[in-house]
Amino acid sequence: MEDQDGDLNRALMLDGNAAGGMLYDIFTAEMTGAPTECASCGRSGEVGSLLAFVQAPGLVLRCPACESTMVRIVRAGDVTYLDARGAVYLRIER
Amino acid sequence: MGEGFVSRGFFGRRRQPEQAGRIPPGQYLVDDWPVLSAGPTPRIRLDQWRFAIEGLVRQPVSWTWDEFLKLPSKTYVVDISCVTKWTKLDMKWQGVSVDTLFQAASIDPRAAFITAYSYGDYTTNLPIPDLINDQAFIAYQEDEKPLTPEHGGPARLVVPHLYFWKSAKWIQGFRLEERERLGFWETLGYHRRGDPWKEERYSGD
Repeated sequence: MEDQDGDLNRALMLDGNAAGGMLYDIFTAEMTGAPTECASCGRSGEVGSLLAFVQAPGLVLRCPACESTMVRIVRAGDVTYLDARGAVYLRIER
Repeated sequence: MGEGFVSRGFFGRRRQPEQAGRIPPGQYLVDDWPVLSAGPTPRIRLDQWRFAIEGLVRQPVSWTWDEFLKLPSKTYVVDISCVTKWTKLDMKWQGVSVDTLFQAASIDPRAAFITAYSYGDYTTNLPIPDLINDQAFIAYQEDEKPLTPEHGGPARLVVPHLYFWKSAKWIQGFRLEERERLGFWETLGYHRRGDPWKEERYSGD
């Protein structure tokens, strides 16, 4: 039971590359290699190294060190909501 | 279907005409139970688990796991609809009515909303009228088995008449409030109430 739960839990946790397409649509830039910093614990790393939760009403990117929410995105029809309060910055390079 | 010699099979689910009226608009039926999650599944030790009611109450109260299991519980058989468009019929839960919990806390008449908060960082907002009169419960069993961690165990809120994001997994407590404070998904465009029969998916719907 524990092993099953563990496997399912890991299966739900992808890395930030899973968010690449949605981030590209928003920023019109390749974002998975972009540096960012966790506003909660200060960890620095690329967007692609974050934990991504995509089986949800929206997309959630979390810090792999402290698991704090860094970025949330919801597509509500024609409208996109973005919350990046948990990231000190996102670097967008075109 | 339903004739004597026709078995609906061990894994099958009956599809009878009367079920059509039970599926909200825009939803499709599932037989499995999809797992949705906005964060890592917390592992909560039962000897450390607590459920609390705080905020606008005359008597803040919290229960340990053993205390919670001693509260009167009921079996609820309800249909569940997720905003990601799946609906699952006849889910059988065991849990404690929110009415029982509110009675223990003696809620302040000014309280009009709650923030339901979970282990982890999940929150969701609900109007109190959607929680009382046995419309909502804290479940610790589904299909006669302990609720598994990926489905919100040890215990989750269940509010069957609203979209399932309102049924917070890994529930830790209710904060009672005079004014509505939007939760994890509600701050990001989801509807503040979420009635599946009105397709209240996004704010403005």
